Amino acid sequence: MTDKKPVPLEFEQPLQMLAQQIEALENQLQDQPELADDIDRLQEQYEKLRRSLYSNLDPRDHLQIARHPQRPYSRDYFERWDENWVELHGDRKGMDDPAMVTGLVDLGPYRVVVVGTQKGRSLRDKQQCNFGMPQPEGYRKALRLFKHAEKFGLPIITIIDTPGAYPGMAAEEHNQAEAIAVNLFELAGLKVPVVAIVTGEGGSGGALAVGVANKVLMLEHSVYSVISPEGCASILWRANDKVAEACRAMKMTAKEIKELGVIDEVIPEPLGGAHHDYDVSAANTKKAIIKQLDNLTKMSGADVRADIQKKFRQIGAFVED
Amino acid sequence: MDLKEWFANRKKKPPVEEVKLPLATDEYCALWKQCFQCRELLYTSVLIQNQHVCPKCQYHFRIGAWERIQQLADTGTFKEFDAGLVSSDPLNFQDTDTYVNRQKEASRKSGLKEAVITGECEIEGERSCVGAMDFGHFGGSMGSVVGEKIVRLTEFALEHRLPLILVSSSGGARMQEGIFSLMQLAKTSSALKDLSDAGLMYISILSEPTYGGVTASFAMLGDIIIAEPGARIGFAGRRVIEQTIRQKLPADFQTAEYLLKHGQVDMVVARTDLKMKLAYLIKFHAGPGVADLNSEAPTNPVGERESDRKPVTR
Ligand SMILES: [Zn+2]
Repeated sequence: MTDKKPVPLEFEQPLQMLAQQIEALENQLQDQPELADDIDRLQEQYEKLRRSLYSNLDPRDHLQIARHPQRPYSRDYFERWDENWVELHGDRKGMDDPAMVTGLVDLGPYRVVVVGTQKGRSLRDKQQCNFGMPQPEGYRKALRLFKHAEKFGLPIITIIDTPGAYPGMAAEEHNQAEAIAVNLFELAGLKVPVVAIVTGEGGSGGALAVGVANKVLMLEHSVYSVISPEGCASILWRANDKVAEACRAMKMTAKEIKELGVIDEVIPEPLGGAHHDYDVSAANTKKAIIKQLDNLTKMSGADVRADIQKKFRQIGAFVED
Repeated sequence: MDLKEWFANRKKKPPVEEVKLPLATDEYCALWKQCFQCRELLYTSVLIQNQHVCPKCQYHFRIGAWERIQQLADTGTFKEFDAGLVSSDPLNFQDTDTYVNRQKEASRKSGLKEAVITGECEIEGERSCVGAMDFGHFGGSMGSVVGEKIVRLTEFALEHRLPLILVSSSGGARMQEGIFSLMQLAKTSSALKDLSDAGLMYISILSEPTYGGVTASFAMLGDIIIAEPGARIGFAGRRVIEQTIRQKLPADFQTAEYLLKHGQVDMVVARTDLKMKLAYLIKFHAGPGVADLNSEAPTNPVGERESDRKPVTR
């Protein structure tokens, strides 16, 4: 994707207009060399606007970046972390869900099992991946790989970028709820360390099903929420135009969730978002994972399990009379 | 007393004693109630005596957490845990109204502080940990308090080696606590993992309705899962699925009976039989059923010779 120009988002329009002005002036530069100063001035303005734009983002803007169609997906990370990574397929019970990608990655210091949700890139891809919404079989495929990792003492890295679990008829008949619940249950009992990264959208139980980890990291512009902001707006406000309000109310951005103490680290993105530079995004995430594994791999299996259970045991906000 | 003997004795006993209600809400003061399904006008006291099941068509009315506990616990044995836990509104949440106001309104309607009541009791003499959710309080939604109360109950069951019974009735996770609500799915499932690894029994009872984050965590993790007749149970709501797949779903989709057909629950049990069934299941799994699997000793049930063993039937 680095060969393609990033497609601008709605809130990036002013920036886009400025860029077009600069381009127009540059085209006339040959005939009118005196324009060079104007161009420099506009360039400066452009850089200033760019920086201020991305440091004052509304939660809704983060959501848009998180959902950017050029956002790097699980495979983009896996192949940059290890160009020889090996993909493993199937739940062994009748299906291979393309919305859940699993495999083996050599991170350098550590050999790891990777599990990640996958949105499609082309329309055909998107449809096959159900737009990143796994079926129960996808969660069971992930579980198979969790067990594989534990058997061979390999750490697990998960990537989360999903609107949620797929709401379909067959998905319900094949017990979507149970598939998610069992993953939560089994992840809490593993004796190998798990690091989860929310790279795009962390949508509800369907995201958490691969997100119960010793360390949970989020990319700077990623979001994580109990329900989609669209769902929240339509249920609580009974209005489809209250999405920005729902985004703000739920506190779903990486920074806010870190402040609430629910996640461990925010990983910075290239200016404008991860889609501006896949290689840098992959390098940033890899560095963050290795740093976490350096600590986690020093723990015994029993301590890893105790650590993950303690982590989630503590989450909650209540008062006691 | 062995299981069969107990069961035979139990069957001779007269049906459940008359239930005294803790709350005199409008619903119970009203003399008559119409069945939603068969339209029969029912004398309220008769309906209560029949555990809120229509005597004519077996329609199961939705019941609250306290009524559920009264139906399951032996009279006078229930001790409530953690009654004072309340949410602290961690997000300072506001939609068209504040979360704080919505909580007050929910409590005013339900008479409860939260959507689950937990505690210990005896069920036909078997000491058990019981949690019952109340759909009438905030749609039975799970936030920090529901998660914490269920985890504490699970930890109590683990510490005292008691069976755990959770009766679910919920629309899912509580949106007003955002990410904290979502994390309760992991928190409750994680506690159940410890309970399960310790060889203890968890029975999940699904009642009308059980959806979303509750189904996708503790409700679907029972060693045995029982659903009430007609209860609607699922992950995604019917409307969301219909909008996604752009087709009509069968009328009985996501009902208890549909789930039974699709292998998702062990049994559908009428409310009037539920206590007996639960007691049977608890007794069946109680005590050292077989000897320690890691030892060299034969795996006969402790205290029974092979020749004395009677098949346990139901
Ligand atoms: Zn009726």
